[in-house]
Amino acid sequence: MRDVAIIATAQTKHVRSATTVNEVELIQPVIQEVIERSGVARHDFDFTCSGSSDYLAGQPFSFVMTLDAVGAWPPISESHVEMDGAWALYEAWVKIQTGHADTALVYSYGKSSPGDLPRVLSRMTDPYYEAPLWPTSVDIAALQARAAIQAGVTSEQAMADIAYRSRTSAAANPFAQLTTSAQPLALMDEEYLADPLRRHDCAPVTDGGVAIVLAAGDKARSLCSRPAWIRGIDHRADGHHLNFRDLTTSPSVRIAAEKAGVANGPIEIAELHTCFTHHEPILRSALGLADDVEVNPSGGPLAANPMMAAGLIRMVEVANRIHSGDVSRGVAHATGGHALQHNLIAVLEGEG
Amino acid sequence: MGAERVAVVGVGQTKYTAVRGDVSLPGLLREATFRALEDAQMTLADIDAIVIGKAPDFFEGIMVPEYSFVEALGAVGKPIFRVHTAGSVSGSTAIVASGLIESGVHERVLTIGWEMQSCSEAMWALSFNMPFQQQLVAGAGGYFAPYIRQYIARSNAPDDTGVLVALKDRQNALKNPYAHLHEHDISYESVKESLMLWDPIRYSETCPSSDGAIALILTNEAGGDAASAEGRPPAWVHGTSFRSEPAMAAGRDQVSPQAGKDCAADVYRQAGITNPREQIDVVEMYVPFSWYEPMWLENLGFAEEGTGWQLTHDGVTAMDGDLPINCSGGVLSTNPIGASGMIRFGEAALQVRGMAGEHQIDGARTALGHAYGGAAQFYAMWVVGADKP
Repeated sequence: MRDVAIIATAQTKHVRSATTVNEVELIQPVIQEVIERSGVARHDFDFTCSGSSDYLAGQPFSFVMTLDAVGAWPPISESHVEMDGAWALYEAWVKIQTGHADTALVYSYGKSSPGDLPRVLSRMTDPYYEAPLWPTSVDIAALQARAAIQAGVTSEQAMADIAYRSRTSAAANPFAQLTTSAQPLALMDEEYLADPLRRHDCAPVTDGGVAIVLAAGDKARSLCSRPAWIRGIDHRADGHHLNFRDLTTSPSVRIAAEKAGVANGPIEIAELHTCFTHHEPILRSALGLADDVEVNPSGGPLAANPMMAAGLIRMVEVANRIHSGDVSRGVAHATGGHALQHNLIAVLEGEG
Repeated sequence: MGAERVAVVGVGQTKYTAVRGDVSLPGLLREATFRALEDAQMTLADIDAIVIGKAPDFFEGIMVPEYSFVEALGAVGKPIFRVHTAGSVSGSTAIVASGLIESGVHERVLTIGWEMQSCSEAMWALSFNMPFQQQLVAGAGGYFAPYIRQYIARSNAPDDTGVLVALKDRQNALKNPYAHLHEHDISYESVKESLMLWDPIRYSETCPSSDGAIALILTNEAGGDAASAEGRPPAWVHGTSFRSEPAMAAGRDQVSPQAGKDCAADVYRQAGITNPREQIDVVEMYVPFSWYEPMWLENLGFAEEGTGWQLTHDGVTAMDGDLPINCSGGVLSTNPIGASGMIRFGEAALQVRGMAGEHQIDGARTALGHAYGGAAQFYAMWVVGADKP
């Protein structure tokens, strides 16, 4: 495998509702910023790949217009996934592995504010047996949280602690949406949103986007003083039908973590795509993280959750800490589907 | 090409039709998948990863529908990946799948393109709003008709060029049991007298709306060699490329877009093709409206600018011509949008494997699969050959 690194990153200031900009206007400044930071000329990218969702945009082929934010003229080698941008990064990493590209621009974005997000996400279920019931993302997560509590994986107290820690950590993240929290005990006095989930257990509804630049080998070394090398990357799916799954564990994360080589060295930080507080203990266990591993120092999705971007942002947050020299080895996780159905794991390292 | 050679060892298609009311959505994908696995002499357990492409989720009204197909496709614990690049999508999807093998990441990849268009009215989904322009709400035909008229004005092509293309493709479809339209009574007159929908595109010169799926099994060189040794010839991938340009850009030529020219140049370079007219034996070209055959003949370098229509009129593109195009019946006879690109790629593979049945071109060694999408702005192509690259 070729050495491939994240050499530049950029993201929006994440907000509840970016009412004054459309998707092109939202992502264009981020793309401009990451291109400038990378030192790669706009027309010198060998490959471009993006991730977004038509269901969030409320329009078929919504990514077509967003291509205007790239400036695809003269024509470019380009592709798009209907998944989180973490998978666009995966496609770009594979493209570089084929030898057809040495550099790649990857971006993703989502504006969830125009719709009722939990209800929109109910369309992401089996169309015959589940979708007619209109189960929201929060409803499904609540079933998983209840199973996890009953299995002793977590507790309402532990979940409140995670919410508190995530949002107070986010105070140091200039891009985060939620940066304050009441004390855990006070959080537990609140009403249930969907038993056993309270509002603080759920990631917020967010508008935002993210962009990164990948480069291979010497190209990365020449453009970045401390590249964040992708030492391993893999993604796996679990089944869809809730009744076929043990919701308290994540077999797909376990496989992807092994393939990505998470255990091949000490992990200093983990940025995990935790859309709900109870995801953290499930992921920690499946990844085999030691107790002293810091999880989501950025605040994670519980502090800013732009759909289709929140997974790629996890890679950005690890990469930024490697670029700055604060961290030498970290793991990033992205998820898709309900109840952690589809998971991507990447191990990033400095040096090398 | 990169480190590892890529071989197509399995092709499976559903019967394409207006309404596949007899199967569920995962059932549709399984039908194509199991035919491809049978062709490749494999089972789902042999598959390392699955790459799926389709057009917008709104067509079936399910967000990321692949997630609910995971069990049906035996994908639990495996990588499953979803591509969406407009009408070219399943061509792009096959290229992404090919990259997984070329890069050495996986050895055996299943890739599927599908659409169940009967779930909705695709024409409205295809009438998306262009900023600063009046919304046509006239489907893809309404969008492309002005560019076809521009092509006619530039080339002075005879009025009936499109009629000849439609007649040829629909007659070719009679030799393809999977094709959606089997119009046994079609004639030059019946096409010419059919209703004018978007001048100059007549009803019989436009693609149908179809349900269907296609699946391909791709392997590395060892897998291709093994299939070959067992008497099942693979199609070897000689080059893959995609290119995109904006829907709107100053100076953009929508009649013969630069992205199409660049994509062809890239895939020819990889495949060592310097004279496509001489070196390519058969083409599966994305022609949803009849006039796009002469237009793409020029864009892809098979004819000089303004002369593509002459190849059509001279019978060069017919099955007994020296550059047969769309022997399968093409998009004009079958159009499940999210599968149409991969059907072109898969039919190109069938031709060089000598497995295209009644619509086989004898001795086809090198074939081009071509797909386009959006406002004629997204392109995906591959060149496959009977010989190892």
